[in-house]
Amino acid sequence: MRLLRFVPDNTAIAFMRLSRVAYLCSSLGLLASLVLFFTMGLNYGIDFRGGTLVEIKTKTPARIAELRSTLATLGLGEVEIQQFGASDDILIRLVRQPGGDDAQQDAVGRLKQALGPDVTYRRTEVIGPKVSKELARQGTIAVLAAVMAVLIYIWLRFEWQFAIGAVLALVHDITLTIGIFCVFQFQFTLSIIAALLTIVGYSLNDTVVVYDRIRENLRKYKKKPLPELIDLSINETLSRTTLTSFTTVLALLALYIFGGEVIRDFTFAMLWGVVVGTYSSIFVASPLLITLGMMKRNRGQGDLSPQKQTHTSQC
Amino acid sequence: MLYFSRWKIALIVAVVGFGALLAAPNVLPANFRAALSGWLPSDTVNLGLDLKGGSYLLLEVDRKDLVAHLAKQLQGDVRQILRKNHIGYVDLKRGTQGVSVRIRNASDVEKALDAIKGLAEPISPRGIGPLAGERDVDVCSDGRMITLQFTAKGVDAKISGAVEQAIEVIRRRIDALGTTEPTIRRQGTNRIVVQVPGFQEPERLKELLSATAKLQFRLLCRDQPKSAKPRRAPPGCELLYSRDPAGRPYFVQTASSAGVDGEDLVLARPDFAGRTNEPVVTFLFNQHGAMRFGRLTQANVGRRFAIILDNSVISAPVIHEPILGGTGQISGNFTLQSANDLAILLRSGALPAKLVIIQERTVGATLGADSIAAGELASIIAIIAVVLFMVITYGLFGMFADIALAANLVVLLGLLSFLRATLTLPGIAGIVLTVGMAVDANVLIFERIREEWRAGRSPINAIDTGFKRALGTIFDANITTLIVAAILFCLGSGPVRGFAVTLALGIMTSVFTAFTLTRLLVALWVGRTRPKTIPF
Repeated sequence: MRLLRFVPDNTAIAFMRLSRVAYLCSSLGLLASLVLFFTMGLNYGIDFRGGTLVEIKTKTPARIAELRSTLATLGLGEVEIQQFGASDDILIRLVRQPGGDDAQQDAVGRLKQALGPDVTYRRTEVIGPKVSKELARQGTIAVLAAVMAVLIYIWLRFEWQFAIGAVLALVHDITLTIGIFCVFQFQFTLSIIAALLTIVGYSLNDTVVVYDRIRENLRKYKKKPLPELIDLSINETLSRTTLTSFTTVLALLALYIFGGEVIRDFTFAMLWGVVVGTYSSIFVASPLLITLGMMKRNRGQGDLSPQKQTHTSQC
Repeated sequence: MLYFSRWKIALIVAVVGFGALLAAPNVLPANFRAALSGWLPSDTVNLGLDLKGGSYLLLEVDRKDLVAHLAKQLQGDVRQILRKNHIGYVDLKRGTQGVSVRIRNASDVEKALDAIKGLAEPISPRGIGPLAGERDVDVCSDGRMITLQFTAKGVDAKISGAVEQAIEVIRRRIDALGTTEPTIRRQGTNRIVVQVPGFQEPERLKELLSATAKLQFRLLCRDQPKSAKPRRAPPGCELLYSRDPAGRPYFVQTASSAGVDGEDLVLARPDFAGRTNEPVVTFLFNQHGAMRFGRLTQANVGRRFAIILDNSVISAPVIHEPILGGTGQISGNFTLQSANDLAILLRSGALPAKLVIIQERTVGATLGADSIAAGELASIIAIIAVVLFMVITYGLFGMFADIALAANLVVLLGLLSFLRATLTLPGIAGIVLTVGMAVDANVLIFERIREEWRAGRSPINAIDTGFKRALGTIFDANITTLIVAAILFCLGSGPVRGFAVTLALGIMTSVFTAFTLTRLLVALWVGRTRPKTIPF
């Protein structure tokens, strides 16, 4: 049987020469994300804003316009109504009601009364002002903590340039993900934060594999100039990087298509993250090592890694 | 790397076998599971509320309400103690933080202060722990003015106690609904998490949980409101409204002119009224309550009294004759269910403080079932896709990896069952992601083997070195994801936490299987065929 080769053997792509273009693309992407974030902003879900989300199933295909005018009379502020998958499946979002936690519950009661007995409630989520504030704080802390923990771990296992490079690549991935969420105005919820963190883990996984090889080659080829060495390392790991990304994308695609409406945004974030993460470990994290000036200090003086023996030869 | 001693092989097989044993109950029918002998594992994966359907509620003790309640009590205590000591006072007032009172004669201030200071109780009853010596009320005097202020620590301790009590009350109320396996636990200092799987009437549940259920029997005042919106109550009376029909005003004697309250109830159950056959709640007082209720009704035949629940009037019947037996009946436009719920509330006792629902997540059973179906479908398709892909790319070695993947999933499922971990929809996503990433360890190894082979090593040497060299990389690459999963676990509640658990366990099992099972299979193959070339 002739087996499929995804990436031909002995590729010699000059990634470092492409890195200028990649930097430009990334910078543009980052800039666009920031601009979008500060102009359009994220569409924060009720997790962070407080409010109510109700998913209903109607007996006949829902008449959204009619529903809208019924609910508008309730005086519950802005009511967002959206079809969710099937035509009889409707998502209703209420903004956080003025007043305390009791006011939110009160609003749900009125909403349910207005919808009448003919609908089935598939889910109800009510998040009061107190909890939403806490969740927003927790989410921010979690992302920062993850980035810090990763920084420290890579710093311990590699050198500081690697750590900075990896973390900058992470920030790059997270920013671009936030950017795409601004573009599509997908709900930004706590589970998206979870997806973001998973991206952090995934993208790092890729980066570490490439870095690991760079470190190994640094020991092997003491005289090779850094750009060449990094190119070599990326080419050597390219097959693995693409294969793993491909299987992960394959699994996530199955989840995106068949996993149901509830986690579609969550899966989308991860899909996007895998693509961006793969790109960034090749085109951002690796060239950053050069930019961070690692070589000037180390090349010619021999070894780079402080823990040369701990790594490859254990079993 | 390619040599396995017999006991190592046995160990690997045992681990996978044990995982399969732990996972098995998930695919066995329930009655078969019940028939298993005791030593066999019978735990299945615990489905989260988002898959099973049910309600998650986060309740918080209303601090303001509790303080107001405490202030009311304190006010009564101060009044009583000053009267007992024959000290004249004016302006006994409640504030938001405590109570203040002005002593009429300056010469009495000393004596009053002594008496009032006795009201401050130590927070820690046995005088131990970090709160030893702290008191729940600060007493200060300024001229003839004496103020009593609750200390923050005192209120904290009261809230903590209230949470304990409330958990008991809530448990009784929910148990009375007959739902299976509710979870009620404390969160932090002032919160209670309530999870009721399977119960599909969130509004009813919320009403049952948020009602304080303070029942009072109080006489109506002689003057009753003339209009629907009376401006103010006559002295000694309080304006309350009826519950159903809502909003009818009543003047009710204030609490201090003592009636009877719900604490003396020993029994309450739904029933039908003899004549009209409408649903009512019948109740029975204990001896103390029966006596007081008897006295109240005996002295007031012909007058009306109000049955008050949480400050709204349920009904206001006329006392036709003294009720001496200690039993009675509450009617008030009940349906069968609302009579039943009221009986539950009365039986379970009153909450020590008002609870506010600060978060709610309810998932209907249909959505849960849809999510499970979608999750299953997606997982199966993902597995098939990845399995096929591995075979197409690596041939025989791909099959080895696929066997390892299958073992990985089985062990993961076994672990999840064994730990009674909660599987949520994002958790399923975590498993699917694991499927994608699980083969990563294998891909890393295989690619490394190829490289070593192309670098000129003999096949066996290349395989050996490939495993050896890939290990470090795999280790580093997965630790980072593990760190992230740990952070997610700490951050997350419910669904997200389920995701973190499956992600973390999935990483561990996939690294384990890649390094034991795949390696074992490859080693066996090498031993048997003595390959001259790498087959991919």
